[in-house]
Amino acid sequence: MDTPKKNPFSLQIDVSRFEKATEEEKRQQDVMSESTTFFKDGMRKLMKNPLAVASMIVLILVIGTIIIAPMVVPYGYEEMISVNGKRDKTAKNLGPFEYSKREQAVIDEGGSVFPHIMGTDSQCRDYFIRVVEGTKISLSVGLFASILVLIIGVLYGSISGYLGGKVDLIMMRIVDIIYSLPDMLIIILLSVVLNERLANSNNPVIQSLGTNMVSIFVVFGLLYWVGMARLVRGEILKIKNNEYILAAKAVGAKSSRIIRTHIIPNCISVIIITTALQIPSAIFTESFLSFVGMGVKAPMPSLGSLANSAREGLQSYPLQLVFPAVTIVLIVLAFNLLGDGLRDAFDPKLRR
Amino acid sequence: MNNTVQNTEKNLVEVRDLQEYFPIRTGLFKKTMLKAVDGVNFSIKPGETLGLVGESGCGKTTVGRTLLRLYKPTGGQIFFDGNEVTDKNMQNYRKEMQMVFQDPYSSLDPRMTVEDIIGEPLDVHKLYKSKGERRDKILELMGLVGLNAEHATRYVHEFSGGQRQRIGIARALAVNPRFIVCDEPVSALDVSIQAQVINMFEELQEKLGVAYLFIAHDLLVVHHISDRIAVMYLGRIVETADADELNESPIHPYTLSLLSAVPIPDPNTARAQKRIILEGDVPSPLNMPSGCAFRTRCRYATEQCAKECPPLTDRGNGHLVACWCK
Repeated sequence: MDTPKKNPFSLQIDVSRFEKATEEEKRQQDVMSESTTFFKDGMRKLMKNPLAVASMIVLILVIGTIIIAPMVVPYGYEEMISVNGKRDKTAKNLGPFEYSKREQAVIDEGGSVFPHIMGTDSQCRDYFIRVVEGTKISLSVGLFASILVLIIGVLYGSISGYLGGKVDLIMMRIVDIIYSLPDMLIIILLSVVLNERLANSNNPVIQSLGTNMVSIFVVFGLLYWVGMARLVRGEILKIKNNEYILAAKAVGAKSSRIIRTHIIPNCISVIIITTALQIPSAIFTESFLSFVGMGVKAPMPSLGSLANSAREGLQSYPLQLVFPAVTIVLIVLAFNLLGDGLRDAFDPKLRR
Repeated sequence: MNNTVQNTEKNLVEVRDLQEYFPIRTGLFKKTMLKAVDGVNFSIKPGETLGLVGESGCGKTTVGRTLLRLYKPTGGQIFFDGNEVTDKNMQNYRKEMQMVFQDPYSSLDPRMTVEDIIGEPLDVHKLYKSKGERRDKILELMGLVGLNAEHATRYVHEFSGGQRQRIGIARALAVNPRFIVCDEPVSALDVSIQAQVINMFEELQEKLGVAYLFIAHDLLVVHHISDRIAVMYLGRIVETADADELNESPIHPYTLSLLSAVPIPDPNTARAQKRIILEGDVPSPLNMPSGCAFRTRCRYATEQCAKECPPLTDRGNGHLVACWCK
């Protein structure tokens, strides 16, 4: 067979200039990229995201401070500063790293006084330890409220999504109704009602938390799970229609096995991401409620109530508002950025 | 009736008057039945391939899925090896009847390794005594479909479409079935891979003696692999014959138009051929025409077609046609 005439401008490939691949070269084509699990792949992507890594570092620092500070700092969060066993009334509204007159006297005599890193408040309490304690309270409220939302939302959503049909219809209309309730109004009403009910309670947990705090949890348990429930339901509806579920049925797998091995592993990333984004919103709600005076009980600090009490002396001591406010911003921002990073790294829709 | 019972003994799979209706909400309170499959009969002998063709939405996939009771049949009977398959004893037949799915991308769980996907049927039916035996069986299956042993620990997103379909086939073969429903297994693959996968289906049939119900819309592919072909139109089988017979002397006007639409590699022959182009659209299955479902698009339709639905009648050599024409 003679070769067809070749136009100089033709893109036709000249076969004679090709040579056959050797066995070794063929084998090289078979080599695939390194096997990665979904989790490893996601973590690698997360570590490449500078914002997510920075927020992780910030959160680790904050949590480390919460753990270490009470061991190092010799003051209690509701304890007035005292020098040689006597209350020091001069240690009022000190600036950062300032010492009161009596403390200065102790230092001049050669004694040592632990510095007030953020100064003191109007009731002569060390402000740093109060901010640390407030952060601890705010963080744990955020965390527990999110876990509450997670459990209720995932259970409700997965039942609704998996059963489908009429059950789904009724369960989702309930969600719609709850969605349309004004949450602030419910919190205020609940704290009024719960105050009466719980005021006489002897339960030490409720006593230490305060009725407002209990009502915050109740509200989260009652109202805030609906978003999570909707999301999980949607995700399960989507997974349920995949052919691999049908394939598992064709193989003879029972419902429990299908849920365990196919549905849960496929929607777990969405659940984790949503929880990570739920934490800052819960912290924010708690801070807001504490700021308007409906949060934690008096001597116990939270970032919101600290900001509220700092409001009175705002003109003279603005730093007392700045410290808790900056902490709130740092934590909320870090959680949001971390949540965004998690979504970018784990959301299958954004993969390759 | 006696005649059919005798036939069942020879047939591996027999379907009698299979119906599958889906309720569709058409108004606020009104529900209409969508007749996806309406009275389908066919039988498959051991080691035989029955091709099922028809255009999109004619109920081919539904036939395959209902046959495996992935949907609960509205009516009709399914026999396997002479015994009726019911909801109660279906779990036993899951080991005999398996399925290969159309879309190799959505039919494999993205969170599982190849080993776990192929091992799932083994896990469900507890077909191994030790971990080592499970692994050996999986590796054997992977070798059977042409996958390398080192692919076992990988996730499906690392594979190409053809390789994924091989994983799906290995999963179907894991329980050592005698019958596999192949639901358009090659239509999502590109042409060069199609040939590989089809040849593999044929090799596996020779080696293992499995019977196939091969669902496809590509007539050339079906003709290549099938012993017999059934043509479906709007939930009913309109013609069944041996593959060559159907290809050479089709009788039903719908089959004629389907065959005329098959592309011919030689342009000179293709020019000489006349394409029969059907007029109009496929009627909605919610609102089926009376009598023969094809009459609205048929050139030969008569008054009789509108009154009565033609039954499948034998035109010699097991060539069954559902048409009033001679």
